[in-house]
Amino acid sequence: MGQRTPLYDLHVALGAKIVDFGGWDMPLHYGSQVEEHHQVRRDCGVFDVSHMTVVDVTGSQAKAYLQHLLANDVERLQVLGKALYSGMLNEQGGVIDDLIVYLTAEGYRVVVNASTRDKDLAWMQQQSAGFDVALQHQAGLAMLAVQGPQARAKTAELVSAARAALIHELKPFQGLPEGDWFIARTGYTGEDGLEIMLPAEQAPGFLNELVGAGIAPAGLGARDTLRLEAGMNLYGQDMTEEVSPLAANMGWTIAWEPAERQFVGRAVLEAQRAAGDQPKLVGLVLEERGVLRAHQVVRVEGVGEGEITSGSFSPTLGKSIALARVPAGTGDRAEVEIRGKWFPVRVVQANFVRHGKALI
Amino acid sequence: MSNIPADLRYAASHEWARLEADGTVTVGISDHAQEALGDVVFVELPEVGAELAAGQEAGVVESVKAASDIYTPIAGEIVAVNEALVDSPELVNADPYANWFFKVKPADAAELDKLLDADGYAAACNA
Repeated sequence: MGQRTPLYDLHVALGAKIVDFGGWDMPLHYGSQVEEHHQVRRDCGVFDVSHMTVVDVTGSQAKAYLQHLLANDVERLQVLGKALYSGMLNEQGGVIDDLIVYLTAEGYRVVVNASTRDKDLAWMQQQSAGFDVALQHQAGLAMLAVQGPQARAKTAELVSAARAALIHELKPFQGLPEGDWFIARTGYTGEDGLEIMLPAEQAPGFLNELVGAGIAPAGLGARDTLRLEAGMNLYGQDMTEEVSPLAANMGWTIAWEPAERQFVGRAVLEAQRAAGDQPKLVGLVLEERGVLRAHQVVRVEGVGEGEITSGSFSPTLGKSIALARVPAGTGDRAEVEIRGKWFPVRVVQANFVRHGKALI
Repeated sequence: MSNIPADLRYAASHEWARLEADGTVTVGISDHAQEALGDVVFVELPEVGAELAAGQEAGVVESVKAASDIYTPIAGEIVAVNEALVDSPELVNADPYANWFFKVKPADAAELDKLLDADGYAAACNA
């Protein structure tokens, strides 16, 4: 038996097929992951993401600490509640994890992945040496992600007037507390929506209300195809400790300026940037029938080889798509080996669907 | 609990087989198999006219989650394939026993008796 979120019993009652995900017993789907995918793109759905790890960073040097720890610069957070996406790198410039950090009244709130929890917490603790900073893992919180074009409107109808007002006021990529909840307009689907952190004991009741209001529960299966269509990386697949953010389509998350900010991994990234030797993470589209899968080989004529890091069927596009790490010189065509046969694929930007619309 | 009709025969690799009045054998995948695969998004069928040995690969079924080979549970010639699955692979999830994959003209219909009956297959699924 794996670890369970406070919502496990409710998932089972809702008919979830439970699978192991990084040591957690999580819902894969509640019947059809493709239906759940469409539900999120067209209306809204709710995901249990309580397995994710929430860490509050406080203390007089919280900012300096995070400027050392993260490749992106928390100096960019100038409005209360504003969120920033960043990689947390090791000294070799590899990605220990990707995360979101919010500016809070007391300091910062950092949300990291579930499967990386122990190593992340250990690394964050180790790197805090010499800084006047306190790290508080908020293990008593559950988290629900309500995602889709109707997510905010439908959720606002079910909560207090104060929370509804906050839901209406939040800007994209902003999160703020209301009472003992923290409500953020963030997500992992390419749609508008909310991520709500709340005390674990309140989570089953709230999920029940959401589902009762017609917001479909959605599992990890739909979460994966939604994020893949949105071109969002999955830790452990599209980036790892062996992969530079420059080779994971995360160059935009590296704050190079100011040049004197010495974040962990900076020296290696600067050398990589100067050498221009990193492969790139691109999108692939298979026009023929078939399904692209992680670890299939990509061949680019006259350039070299690469590998698919995430691949699946795109329910929105009705064809298979993938993220692949390929040589920097790759153009707009490549081939992928699927069960011994080579199939032509289009090479596109790693962003297939946003706000319900196809981008390719 | 998955649906396992008593009038069919089954392979441990999760295909079902039914002997038809005309002597051909219709083959599909079981409810247990479609359930385990999840949403089916792509089906590759064998060539009509192909002569296959029992247990030989006769196609592929791909779900959002995984690809799985389909094997013919009985030796013989492929005499028909269900083209409807190519355009609407989700039919496999909707009703795996109505939406067959292919029909075989068996080399030896007695081979069917070597396949599992419903009880045997239920036991294999729970093993």
